[in-house]
Amino acid sequence: MESKFTGRAHVYGDDIDTDRIIAGKYTKTLNLQDLADHVLEDLDIDFRSKLVKGDVLVAGTNFGCGSSREQAPLALKVAGVSAVVAKYFARIFFRNAINIGLPVLEVPDLEADSGDELEIDLKAGVVKNLTKNADYKASAMPQVMIDILDQGGLVAYLKKNGTYDASAL
Amino acid sequence: MSGQTVAEKILSRHAGKPVAADDLTVIDVDAALMSDTTAPLAIKAFREMGGKAPWNPERTFLVIDHASPAPNERIARLHDIMREFAADTGAVLYDVGEGICHQLMIEDDRVRPGEAFFGADSHTCTYGALGAFATGVGSTDLAAVMLTGKTWLKVPRTIRLEITGRINPGVEAKDLALAMVGKLGFAGATYQAVEICGEALVPMSLDERMTIANLGIEMGAKAALIHPDGLELPYDFDAEAISPDPDASYVREITIDGSALRPQISKPPRPDATVDIDELIGTKIDVAFIGTCVNGRLRDLHAAARILEGRRVASGVRLMVSAASQKVFLAAAKDGTLATLTAAGATFLPSGCGPCVGTHLGVPGDGEVVVSTANRNFRGRMGNPEASVYLASPTVVAAAAVEGKIVDPTELEG
Repeated sequence: MESKFTGRAHVYGDDIDTDRIIAGKYTKTLNLQDLADHVLEDLDIDFRSKLVKGDVLVAGTNFGCGSSREQAPLALKVAGVSAVVAKYFARIFFRNAINIGLPVLEVPDLEADSGDELEIDLKAGVVKNLTKNADYKASAMPQVMIDILDQGGLVAYLKKNGTYDASAL
Repeated sequence: MSGQTVAEKILSRHAGKPVAADDLTVIDVDAALMSDTTAPLAIKAFREMGGKAPWNPERTFLVIDHASPAPNERIARLHDIMREFAADTGAVLYDVGEGICHQLMIEDDRVRPGEAFFGADSHTCTYGALGAFATGVGSTDLAAVMLTGKTWLKVPRTIRLEITGRINPGVEAKDLALAMVGKLGFAGATYQAVEICGEALVPMSLDERMTIANLGIEMGAKAALIHPDGLELPYDFDAEAISPDPDASYVREITIDGSALRPQISKPPRPDATVDIDELIGTKIDVAFIGTCVNGRLRDLHAAARILEGRRVASGVRLMVSAASQKVFLAAAKDGTLATLTAAGATFLPSGCGPCVGTHLGVPGDGEVVVSTANRNFRGRMGNPEASVYLASPTVVAAAAVEGKIVDPTELEG
């Protein structure tokens, strides 16, 4: 996975639940493009048309609360979102995103407006707002999550390692 | 070292060493669950990982409940993937109509106190009702459990929530659960466990405890563990193993006065937008829904029947009822509850999750107002972003169905 990339910000608010990321009526599919076609439509019906591959989703607190549906981070990833940056995430969404290889960064003090150019440095854990010329530090992730993300997700991680190694946490 | 919380006790046993809040650890998992929303992706990930059969097929459960019976051919194919996986590997399948996964796990004795249970459904936290550390995960995490029989996690800090006093007649477990979510907030327990205890809980049945633990995830909790005081199960269990040490340390301690509690309603579109019913008296409704993993049990249908006995649903209102399982439905058929509710104008739906999660079976129209016994009222939750959903107890929902608007149900109770 690329550890450093730039993308344009799409900024939304607090408490965006997984139903609004992808509604329950669309989740029953293995065709991931179907998910991407409806991503965030109950939050912003124009999101899909505004999104350019590589853009960054920016949100407030408790992003991804609610259902455990992994279709939520999958919909974002397949639609072309390169990373999600939020003040903090709901627990299951955060794990799911890492497990499917979608970078998620918890940045409590990020300031960004829609359209700002962001540079994400996963290794350093830094989000740079190039438009506003400001750097923001992301909260540290457990090593196991860094390793899973580094390998592109949990499927690849377990194919390589076979199981979880308690000493590698 | 201070004493252990319930989460620390259970997770220490599953880690094979003492662990405390904030420790990262690998644990042995006792059981795994998937629904038709999450199983197809989990099976795909499991195969990609190189998995052949789950580590413990007898404790791997697949439940077809979220879009059940299949509303279209695309979903029918997903159901077939689950049936084939169960047939190939020996995993346990619950097919169309048998019930909602969380009801089945407890009703069918698939989860026991003190176990570590991982389900690819966020309301897996329901089993905290009987003292299991039960939590929701996504499909790929579940696939990893099937592959390894293990998972990694951070041992959560714990919030202690005490409900003092006895709740009044007309106030139900659901009111307590909504009050709890309102008090802690949508993210009030994110990354944390909640222990729920107090005098109000002691007389409560397992059914009522399930209603309360179920809403743990609506405040972001990793697990919602109800203390076993007063818990009755059809087998012997070690209460000490699911009780905290007296000197356990908590990140927060919160009290709710149960004796002062009024019936509660959560306003759209947030489960934590909880108010006393008195603020919403007179709100007109179009649809009333009684069911789900929160409130589809026999006790809930009885509560509705007490209101609806000898009455009719208001003109222009649709009342839909779904028993949480076939066993609940059969019991309600045998004791006359089914007849009472049907005579009042209720439409019975198959046991499952369809209406709650907006898959099928009763999607509301544009601008319509639903009052529901479910746990979520997010925008679009029931399948239409232009409808709004209020959350309440079965008694409050039944009373609203009779009057066509939200009313204080005590006015209808003899």
